[in-house]
Amino acid sequence: MKSLLHVEARGVTKSFGDHQVLTGVDFSVAPGEVSCIIGPSGSGKSTFLRCLNALEAYDAGTLVVDGKHVGYDYQNGKYYEWSTKQFAGFRSNLGMVFQRFNLFGHLTAEENVACALIEVRGINKSAAKKRALEELSKVGLSSHSHKRPHQLSGGQQQRVAIARALAMDPEIMLFDEPTSALDPELVDEVLDTMKKLAHNGMTMVVVTHEMGFAREVADTVHFFDGGSILESGTPENVLSNPSKDRTRAFLAKVL
Amino acid sequence: MAVRQTSRPTQLKGPDGRPAPVVKLRHVDRWLAGALAVAVFVWFAWTLSTNQNIRWTEVAAYLFFPKIISGIWNTLMISMAATVIGLLLGVLLAVMRLAHNPVLNWLSLLYIWFFRGTPVLVQLIFWYNLAFLFPHIAVRIPFTNIGYMWDTNQVMTGFTAALLGLGLNLAAYFAETVRAGIQAIDAGQSEAALALGMTPGTRMRKIVLPQALRIIIPPTGNEFISMLKTTSLVYVVAGNDLMTNASQIYKQNNLIMELLIVASLWYMVMTAIATFFQSKLEARFGTDAVRLVRNPGFVQKLFLRSGVVPTAPAPAKIEARDSVSAIGKELS
Repeated sequence: MKSLLHVEARGVTKSFGDHQVLTGVDFSVAPGEVSCIIGPSGSGKSTFLRCLNALEAYDAGTLVVDGKHVGYDYQNGKYYEWSTKQFAGFRSNLGMVFQRFNLFGHLTAEENVACALIEVRGINKSAAKKRALEELSKVGLSSHSHKRPHQLSGGQQQRVAIARALAMDPEIMLFDEPTSALDPELVDEVLDTMKKLAHNGMTMVVVTHEMGFAREVADTVHFFDGGSILESGTPENVLSNPSKDRTRAFLAKVL
Repeated sequence: MAVRQTSRPTQLKGPDGRPAPVVKLRHVDRWLAGALAVAVFVWFAWTLSTNQNIRWTEVAAYLFFPKIISGIWNTLMISMAATVIGLLLGVLLAVMRLAHNPVLNWLSLLYIWFFRGTPVLVQLIFWYNLAFLFPHIAVRIPFTNIGYMWDTNQVMTGFTAALLGLGLNLAAYFAETVRAGIQAIDAGQSEAALALGMTPGTRMRKIVLPQALRIIIPPTGNEFISMLKTTSLVYVVAGNDLMTNASQIYKQNNLIMELLIVASLWYMVMTAIATFFQSKLEARFGTDAVRLVRNPGFVQKLFLRSGVVPTAPAPAKIEARDSVSAIGKELS
């Protein structure tokens, strides 16, 4: 049964030892929707995002992404755990952008983008290179294609990371605080790239502290606190007229 | 590795506005300490070189003696082959050690414990005398008689015993180096690779190992240099290496000191050459940390001055420092 929703989470929980990070997350994203997750540090936002592409395993609940029950195949009344190949295949359809960019240090910008096309998609080298250059030019970095990550600014690195994820033609893009590690003057170039992506209809889940971005681009804003979503709604509702005191207190501090 | 020179001014502008010369500070203490050290060295060299009991003509005569030259050749062969065995097996052991499979994990641990826990001399003698345990070595298809059989004593010559003993021993040490190199790579690299849909194997081969090499390669030079000299232990199993051959000669003519000097000179030459290549490796892959530990030797400087300098790209340094700080973050 394929859901119309790209992401559907029901009562997802996760513990690290004694510490329960996710206490039951209900969350959904429709195709083409841009969903921003805000909330204080340690509230489980990033952990939840990492559960979406199975970088982190969840303990209980239901999590369906891109029509697949993350981590398991349901057959004849049993859940069969995925093999490493199934995990890899699943992740290859999801794009992820990290707070600390995580570009491959030994590869040039172009090779960073082409690498997974060659190794995962099995595309030949020249075609992969061509595609990599296309994606780099879309984020405005075609003149930097032969530079190594350490020769690029933080903002440029993050744009290469976005190009790298987009080259895989993902169904959905996950952003884990993509501008938190950037110098303030470099934040806009990355946000602009993301806005362009949103306008082109990409399904996006963005964990962020950029309230301006959330207000402008998001279809839905979710406020995370204590391991679950406390409040969801349009940016107008959540950011301007929050119904919960906790949300109001948080927004008063960050705005 | 550029020699840093701080240029200091020869004159400065004086209070009256006119240039005044700068008088350099005389380091009398440095000159004294240097002179004393040279005096001790010259005395030592003099007593050694004029010692009537060392026949330097014999040293010169044996320096290029055919048996010595063939010994050098064997020493190089054993060192290189044993190092290659050690490196390949070391990477395998390190990957096993880091694998999720607990069986592989424990086997690797057991191997490392065994080969680091027993003296290499014992291992060499063990391999040489393998025939006591297994008089024949056979390779055949199970449950049939199709295959080959060898006499262990013919297979396990001094040379093969040396290869196995030294190679398997190095693997145990090298596994730890590789493991450290792999673990030093930021976990974010692995996550990014997995998030792109790479399998754990592809991630290791394409993303983690190439970057770990940067950390692993410089110590391999050290391992090889140490291996050059460790091969001298091979003389207990008659490996026909430099030390074995030298000892066979002095057992006949009793020129013990002379032949030890000959062997030492050759070991020093080989070490100097290997050190030079190691400096190239370090310039290519090394981190600042490695450079701080080991400054270039005299011979290296000689080569470096003559312009055979491997150009160390400055950006690589920055990256190395980045990764060091990344490790620091991981630990904190």
